[in-house]
Amino acid sequence: MTELTSLTLAEARDRLRNKDITAVELASAHVDAVAKARALNAFVLETPEQALAMAKASDARIAKGEAGPLEGIPLAIKDLFATQGVRTTACSKILGDFVPAYESTVSSQLWRDGAVLLGKTNNDEFAMGSSNETSHFGAVQSPWRREGSNTPLVPGGSSGGSAAAVAAQLCLGATATDTGGSIRQPAAFTGTVGIKPTYGRCSRWGIVAFASSLDQAGPITKTVRDAAIMLRSMAGPDAKDTTCADLPVPDYEASVGKSVKGLRIGIPKEYRLDGMPSEIEKMWTQGCEWLKAAGAELVDVSLPHTKYALPAYYIVAPAEASSNLARYDGVRYGLRVPGRDITDMYEKTRAEGFGAEVRRRVMIGTYVLSAGYYDAYYLRAQKVRTLIKRDFEQCFAAGVHAMLTPATPSASFGVGEKGGSDPVEMYLNDVFTVTVNMAGLPGIAVPAGTDAQGLPLGLQLIGRPFDEETLFALGSAIEREAGHFVARPWW
Amino acid sequence: MNVQSKPSKFIKGATGDWEVVIGMEVHAQVSSKSKLFSGASTAFGGAPNSHVSLVDAAMPGMLPVINGECVNQAVRTGLGLNAQINLRSVFDRKNYFYPDLPQGYQISQYKQPVVGEGVVVVDLAEGEAVSIGIERLHLEQDAGKSVHDRHPQMSAVDLNRSGVALMEIVSKPDLRSSEEAKAFLAKLRSIMRYLGTCDGNMEEGSLRADVNVSVRKPGEPLGTRCEIKNVNSLRFIGQAIEHEARRQIEIIEDGGVIVQETRLFDPNKGETRSMRSKEEAHDYRYFPDPDLLPLELTAEAVAELKAKLPELPDEKKARFVRDFGLSSYDAGQLVAERETAEYFETVAKGRDAKLAANWVINELFGRLNKEGKAIASSPMSAGQLGGLIELISDKTISGKIAKDLFEILWTEGGDARALVESRGMAQVTDLGAIGAIVDDLIAQNPDKVAQAKANPKAMMWFVGQAMKSSGGKASPQAVNDLLKSKLGV
Repeated sequence: MTELTSLTLAEARDRLRNKDITAVELASAHVDAVAKARALNAFVLETPEQALAMAKASDARIAKGEAGPLEGIPLAIKDLFATQGVRTTACSKILGDFVPAYESTVSSQLWRDGAVLLGKTNNDEFAMGSSNETSHFGAVQSPWRREGSNTPLVPGGSSGGSAAAVAAQLCLGATATDTGGSIRQPAAFTGTVGIKPTYGRCSRWGIVAFASSLDQAGPITKTVRDAAIMLRSMAGPDAKDTTCADLPVPDYEASVGKSVKGLRIGIPKEYRLDGMPSEIEKMWTQGCEWLKAAGAELVDVSLPHTKYALPAYYIVAPAEASSNLARYDGVRYGLRVPGRDITDMYEKTRAEGFGAEVRRRVMIGTYVLSAGYYDAYYLRAQKVRTLIKRDFEQCFAAGVHAMLTPATPSASFGVGEKGGSDPVEMYLNDVFTVTVNMAGLPGIAVPAGTDAQGLPLGLQLIGRPFDEETLFALGSAIEREAGHFVARPWW
Repeated sequence: MNVQSKPSKFIKGATGDWEVVIGMEVHAQVSSKSKLFSGASTAFGGAPNSHVSLVDAAMPGMLPVINGECVNQAVRTGLGLNAQINLRSVFDRKNYFYPDLPQGYQISQYKQPVVGEGVVVVDLAEGEAVSIGIERLHLEQDAGKSVHDRHPQMSAVDLNRSGVALMEIVSKPDLRSSEEAKAFLAKLRSIMRYLGTCDGNMEEGSLRADVNVSVRKPGEPLGTRCEIKNVNSLRFIGQAIEHEARRQIEIIEDGGVIVQETRLFDPNKGETRSMRSKEEAHDYRYFPDPDLLPLELTAEAVAELKAKLPELPDEKKARFVRDFGLSSYDAGQLVAERETAEYFETVAKGRDAKLAANWVINELFGRLNKEGKAIASSPMSAGQLGGLIELISDKTISGKIAKDLFEILWTEGGDARALVESRGMAQVTDLGAIGAIVDDLIAQNPDKVAQAKANPKAMMWFVGQAMKSSGGKASPQAVNDLLKSKLGV
């Protein structure tokens, strides 16, 4: 049955349509793979019975000729998405055994289109982290290891469970969310494809909020085509989220493999960092050459406010988080630690329920919004954000269709290796990705090569607002040259 | 707005006159079917937690969606307050922890409210009117309710009100007495009830006020203010201001200083007491709510709302004075409540408006007050009272009989004219019938005739007797004329 798990989403879809395989066979193969891969800790909840029941229903619809676009496709859902009747915790102790009475808009659209739920994937607690080490359920191990080494590596974060599950062929795709790089960085670390669409492309309704003005859902998949297929189902208007764009969803798959001839690709000089590994530099140059060979035109561009993006992000995101996480107070649901009085109960519950990184960000966020500091921090960060956005707008207005950058400043690192004494060391992982969230733009991470130790590296393409189609065209051009990267199972 | 000092409002202290300066923050519940950011019902009095959506309970991942009707209500209110409507406003989060605040923040408008400066003309009892400035009006969510009497150690929370839309209307510090403050709130209430934007029900908490009070020597800069929270009746607002002003004057006259603080009014003791000082005040960490886009209105939409506004109390009052010739005071009384004004207009239509106003104000209001009834539950319809007015106007009945008829209409109901006919209550103007009565009286009372001839004022005895003999139905004017000619006085 291993053959079934090595299919891409598009291949599985076509085989199901042709009735070469059944949805139940496909689901069973993945359910088994999930069960055998517990060493990865990619899933925090497996739903094998639900998977088989949904697959059976899919087979019935396929038989009746009523198959949806994702009919019978086994997917994993990041634990940040509320799933009706299925425990949803954001991988935080504070949510305890919270079982939502509602389904997030994004996941409900996947089920509407026939997808099958395999389970909930691990993530950094409340999506705060870049290595999936802050999860209340423990760290996720990457399916990748350095050549000749048994050192456990991180899959990246915060969507580490989703990325690891896709990379280890435990599912055909997974939902993820990206606030500062949480889709693209783990995709780059695991040799998978991850797209963060334009802010407002996917509804945020039913997704546990981290930083509302930055959070955006997207898929992590094995291929660019798979990402295009999955995003089409995930995206779309939603009256329940007023920040969600009221725009029709194009057929993204049609852009995959489309010619990139004549597209102008900006190469931002500010992304060339001092001390960046030569392998990253090399991969970037290689990516440029591939696109040039495919007929794209490369132009040097400048995004002068890039260097302020990370500090500004670590003001805006914690500020919003400090407020978004206020609802976890022990009063209505989740963890409650009894106290002498209401204040004592709040303090005990939140001290015990939130992990160290979440507490740190809640405190940073509370500080930067405080009277006397608001103007110096929050207001200033918002001004920086406007400037970052303007940098991009000016390039796009000058005729640039998309930009090419590395996705991360390094390959994956060892579990416990970074951020122990200095959290900023971990925050620097997002240096290439946060700008995109700050500007609300779409960004895709596509695997482009490996480092000397055999670990995957990814390139990032940044697009114009709501122009995910160009990213899929460019992403598939890179994918065609770079090929696919599959981890050798050690689990 | 530069408000003139009014010596008549000054409070006498040991060291001379003091002026009290008052500003108000009025919280008015928006009349709407559903809450400000969720589809849950706003109905009052439901079983605890029966009107709560996932958004109101702040479930993970829930998002607010603005209710357009609540926005329209705020705009209508702003227009009714002659205020600037801001075409772009922003919702902010006001962060604090409280068990009945599920999100851990209240969505409110902090720096950019939907309504800016306006002005309200307030009529005072002495026929005097003052213009009170409006600083702003903004929309915000109400909190739920904590219930402390269900369990010895635990509190319960009812989220039915959580997320209900409130308008916070902030006045400028233009009020100079408890009377003005009460009249201002009554006027706001009247305007909002005319507009249908707030039912103004203070008992149910649909309307409540925070009152900022400071005192100063006339002509001096503003003193330090204290804020009295959540006063929920006009009477209590008056008491709270009186007490607070006295308290502050005493402290200053004893050589003390006023500490800026928030105080609570205790209706049982009729006094205010400290709740928290400025130092203990929350840092609400306001910031724009990233879940909501700025609220954008078009000038056309505002103009359309403006065009559809009903006639408001000030306009109606002016029209009553102009068209019906009523005194400003009477017109003011009639327009205070929209229902009363409508009742009056029905009574007055095609009839003697001044007479109608007298009957509505004196007889109807008097009777409603006595029985504690609102005009809506008056047993006598405007049509019935109108019938009575007509009978007086065409001299079918006298004023005295009219009062009897009023009583019958109130208690038994029926049509005024039909009752007068069936019960023989019509005024007797037939000179023959009255003449017989008068002749009879003159014949039987020679002594009274002599008195009347000596002193014409004594003729009143005959008038009284004649009216009595006719059962009140004789026209007093006819009796008078007849007696004069018969007695030769």
